[in-house]
Amino acid sequence: MAVTGAGIVTAYGSGWRVNAEGFRAGRTAFRPVTLFDVSRQRSKLAAEADLPDTLPPTRLPARQISRLDRASRILLLAAHEAWGQAGWEPADNLPLVLGTTSGGMLLGEEYFKRAVSSPRSHRGQPTRALHYQPQTQGRVVAEALGFRGPILIIANACASGGNALGLAWEMIRSGRAARVLAGGYDALTQLVFAGFDALQSISPGGCRPFDAHRDGLSIGEGAALVALETLDSASRRGAEILGELTGYGSSMDCHSLTQPHPEGEAGLAAMRRACEAAQVHPADIDYVNAHGTGTPLNDSSEAAAINRWADSRAATLPVSSTKAGIGHLLGGAGAVEAVVCLMVLREQWLPPEITVETPDPMCRFPLVRRPADAHCEMALSNSLGFGGANATLIFRRRP
Amino acid sequence: MSRVFVSGLGAVSPAGWGVPALRAALDAGKPLPLRGIERPGWDRPLKARLVPDPSPRPAFLAHARFRRASPLTHYVTAAALEALGRAAPNPPRPPRLGLVVCLQSGCVQYSYRFYKEVLEDPATASPLLFPETVFAAPASHLAALLGDVSLAATLVGDPAVFLQGVVLAADWLMEGRVDLGLVVGAEEANWLRADAIWHFDHGCISSAGAGCVCLTLEARLAAGVELSAVTGAQTYLSNRSRSRAARDMRSQLPAGAATELLCDGLQGCRRLDAPELAAWQGWPGPRLSPKRVLGEGLMAASGWQCVAACDALARGDFTGATVNVAGCNQQAIGARFIRAS
Repeated sequence: MAVTGAGIVTAYGSGWRVNAEGFRAGRTAFRPVTLFDVSRQRSKLAAEADLPDTLPPTRLPARQISRLDRASRILLLAAHEAWGQAGWEPADNLPLVLGTTSGGMLLGEEYFKRAVSSPRSHRGQPTRALHYQPQTQGRVVAEALGFRGPILIIANACASGGNALGLAWEMIRSGRAARVLAGGYDALTQLVFAGFDALQSISPGGCRPFDAHRDGLSIGEGAALVALETLDSASRRGAEILGELTGYGSSMDCHSLTQPHPEGEAGLAAMRRACEAAQVHPADIDYVNAHGTGTPLNDSSEAAAINRWADSRAATLPVSSTKAGIGHLLGGAGAVEAVVCLMVLREQWLPPEITVETPDPMCRFPLVRRPADAHCEMALSNSLGFGGANATLIFRRRP
Repeated sequence: MSRVFVSGLGAVSPAGWGVPALRAALDAGKPLPLRGIERPGWDRPLKARLVPDPSPRPAFLAHARFRRASPLTHYVTAAALEALGRAAPNPPRPPRLGLVVCLQSGCVQYSYRFYKEVLEDPATASPLLFPETVFAAPASHLAALLGDVSLAATLVGDPAVFLQGVVLAADWLMEGRVDLGLVVGAEEANWLRADAIWHFDHGCISSAGAGCVCLTLEARLAAGVELSAVTGAQTYLSNRSRSRAARDMRSQLPAGAATELLCDGLQGCRRLDAPELAAWQGWPGPRLSPKRVLGEGLMAASGWQCVAACDALARGDFTGATVNVAGCNQQAIGARFIRAS
């Protein structure tokens, strides 16, 4: 299955090139939060995205553009890039599969504040109630790019983006769709930031996934979308193929709502299922983009899963978590990290975690800690969700 | 293509906990009594139909994962367990379960409480509340209780998403990835959700609960009902109104017959009902409108529609039953169930 378009927005910026440069260098993008008040929070850093003042031209009227919330803008920027790169034309019956955890929660927060502070004023409230829902944001993408089709929104917490790409892959593989626009997105919101802060899960100084002294995750925001179609379809059109999505595996970890199984049972199952679907073995994989949030429990569980899955291959298998640079994008994470894998395969480098000082001895695999060129034919991306939903994707380089 | 059967049904609604309570309320046909939800800053409460406390208390609430779980999780779990109860009397091996939880508003009660605490003082906001605000929390708790969940997904959107969930579970069954597919639609009530609904129609009555269908490919497990068809999703866009989408959806379904039931989404709000009324004009058979009795339960309501339709078929009242969901802001989708032969 061919990926013929990819769009990405993170704290590194908007677009493939600026993000590729950021990931290749392993730059960290954490800074004090400006979108809401964090003065009374334990942690004060996040990876905010700087969005352009104007959106690229689409079919949306100015009035509708003026109503778009931050999450919709992030989503639309990524969708526009993927669509343009794929060279797709407006069409009927083109499915859109999105993963998100919060949709337009910023509008939901504003709705709540106004409902409490001005209970007799209803101005703008219907619009907020409507636009905070992710299905409205999905419709915005379809309207903007001029296509029609079913919109499917998956909210499997931090695995949402990975599961969205996986569902899209299944739709094409089973013949239910010839092509799908799929991805994930989330904007930074006060509720979610405060939630992870209340759990004392946020690192005060910026996350360091798989470091022995890691002290939590960092929240980021962004989106990535990919244009997926059959290889036949891509070849017929003469489209440039960025890479192939060759396998998807999912699993459910029933251990706890907030903690993964310590031995990584479900993560292991997702990786094995993805390999089975792609008909490959750990020895075939050249790079793993780990979920790697930077929390003590997630990383030790995932390290155990990778150790068990890779077995003898672990000793030489490069692994890194790009959350070290852009934070955890929640519903957008799996999709953004899928695009990072495409970058790795296309440009032949490995994204480092330059902030890791002492790799956790749990890691039997080498952590990528410095920028490096590398020969990569196949990359695997893990998404391990809060609540237990997991997704693993495997990508192959297109010569 | 494989045949997909309905092996069990489950419901939680303002009528009570269980399908029998739902059936009794719909058979009576009388709108359930209204209750008030206090709305801060207003003199008069918002009107709603709320789920009564369960009696007896469900045994699953003793499970450790349910100590702090939201009412939404309780509804999802109760409906799923009821639907699953009839599924496999003597399974040769534990069935591999697929779980699709469909939500529109999600965990509004805990989200409200947590965000209120954040605005008052984020340093003391409860870490116990936040995890329960996540859309995926009900599926996580239910999966932990059931133990043998192979695949799980939480879908979000307007009420027609319930039928997308049915398609997803059917796909998992037909691909041989699960033995049973549980599809649950659920919502919980609070003043913010009732307030939001009020903005779109002052006469709309907010309600809560869950509806669940359990799907299987095994004819021996069928509870007398077979899934015959689900239409494509007719997404609302600027050039395709809700009315047009409802008409397009109907055109993909059989015309109906005097012996077939239409289980619709009408609730007695003229503006909200208009597209459905127009699209289903001339339906030749009887009609059932659960929301007129139970209120606007959003995703729970589309679950109730399917449960009511399948229950009527299982009782032998009709030869077929069509469910139409013209969702509030995403899409129109319809489904048809028939008596399993």
